[in-house]
Amino acid sequence: MSPVSLRRWGWIHKWSSLVCTIFMLLLCLTGLPLIYHHEIGHLLGNEVEPPVLSQPTPPGNVDAVIASAKELYPTKKPMFISQEADVPEIWHVTLADHMHDHDYKPIAVDARTTKVIVEPAFEGGVFMSTMLALHVDLFMGLAGKLFLGFMALLLLVAIVSGAVLYSPFMRKLDFGTVRKERSSRLKWLDMHNLLGIVTLTWLFVVGGTGMINTWADLMYKYYQHNELSSILAQYKDKAPMPHTASVHDAIEKAKEKLPGMRVAFVAFPGTDFSSAHHYGIFMNGSEPFSSRMYQPVLVDAHTGELTDAPQLPWYLKALLVSQPLHFGDYGGQWMKFLWALLDIATIVILVTGLYLWVKRGKTANATAKAAALDKTTGAPVLAREGGA
Amino acid sequence: MIRTPMQIWGAPIVLAILTTVGLISALLGDGIWDALSAVTLGIPCLIGAWYCLRRRPAARGQDCAQG
Repeated sequence: MSPVSLRRWGWIHKWSSLVCTIFMLLLCLTGLPLIYHHEIGHLLGNEVEPPVLSQPTPPGNVDAVIASAKELYPTKKPMFISQEADVPEIWHVTLADHMHDHDYKPIAVDARTTKVIVEPAFEGGVFMSTMLALHVDLFMGLAGKLFLGFMALLLLVAIVSGAVLYSPFMRKLDFGTVRKERSSRLKWLDMHNLLGIVTLTWLFVVGGTGMINTWADLMYKYYQHNELSSILAQYKDKAPMPHTASVHDAIEKAKEKLPGMRVAFVAFPGTDFSSAHHYGIFMNGSEPFSSRMYQPVLVDAHTGELTDAPQLPWYLKALLVSQPLHFGDYGGQWMKFLWALLDIATIVILVTGLYLWVKRGKTANATAKAAALDKTTGAPVLAREGGA
Repeated sequence: MIRTPMQIWGAPIVLAILTTVGLISALLGDGIWDALSAVTLGIPCLIGAWYCLRRRPAARGQDCAQG
């Protein structure tokens, strides 16, 4: 690599990472508890458990489930009802005034007795909801999401440029060399390079899928205004009708249409996942992959007739695949543990990177000069300095 | 001695392949697929921790904070 292009890559690496470092540190620190949000929820007592019934009871009527929840807040409307795959005893009902109501009410209802179990802690309690908000949008809604998405883009640039710089720095070093006996700067530089190259693929995937996730709201809107509205062209000029059709029967229709799949959630008219005239019944499979691939079934909320079961467009499928790859929640406890380790390794990379910039000093005044080449060997000064 | 590109990139490429296999395999199924994922994702973690924390004979023995 020529000295000029080395200096350019050094400049790219320095600035892309300096700008995003502080936000990436925040994302790593808040992401750590989010990996274990179920466990922390159990520990804090914020996770809802289905009551133990004296005898096995079959699932009750879903309309009765919704009615029980609405009794608590008669003025609010159902937005979503959902069920976790491994807890079919509970329906999570979300009531709100409208789609973007910040004062929405999550209510857990027993799917068998149709009685309200509890009104769970809002978004898993103060601690977890704060972690989530800091991780997702910095309390700033869509603007915050898109900002963090841009920071993620800078991270990807930093990863690529870092990988480009790895090669000239390693010309005289064996893989995994950490020169602890020289200066502490050299030790942290080697550690930064080592952990950077070891976590490269993982961090690129988690950063990239995180960036895609920041566009989720935009994708839902786009879906609603394009694919969904063309599927529902016949409803275009229709006056809003009362949503009197049974949700329970709508779910049964959806199950008939897609045998073998289960209901993950139902989106009510007026949400981003449905139309003004439909219950959007989102079905999924039970395999790790098929459980991510939701298949919507649209049922007319007035007549109760099945309208369509359209395939999701490619960009929503891409979003759905990208989510587990970001969360690390699809491979059991070992994966969560490794996700946490890799997250901590990323924190070390960020902190050492910052340290290397602060302590850039005379021998290596910024990465650009650090990368200046030795004329005789073509090796970077820092590699030579260590002597390996 | 100047390392050849293969000497420089051999280990990183193997680790990248292992990580990719680990990320994808757990998506494909449970049980054995999750175990494969744990092993293939675990190797890069172990290697990172090993080289960070090991004390070389000549070294004064400073450890890094975390692997």
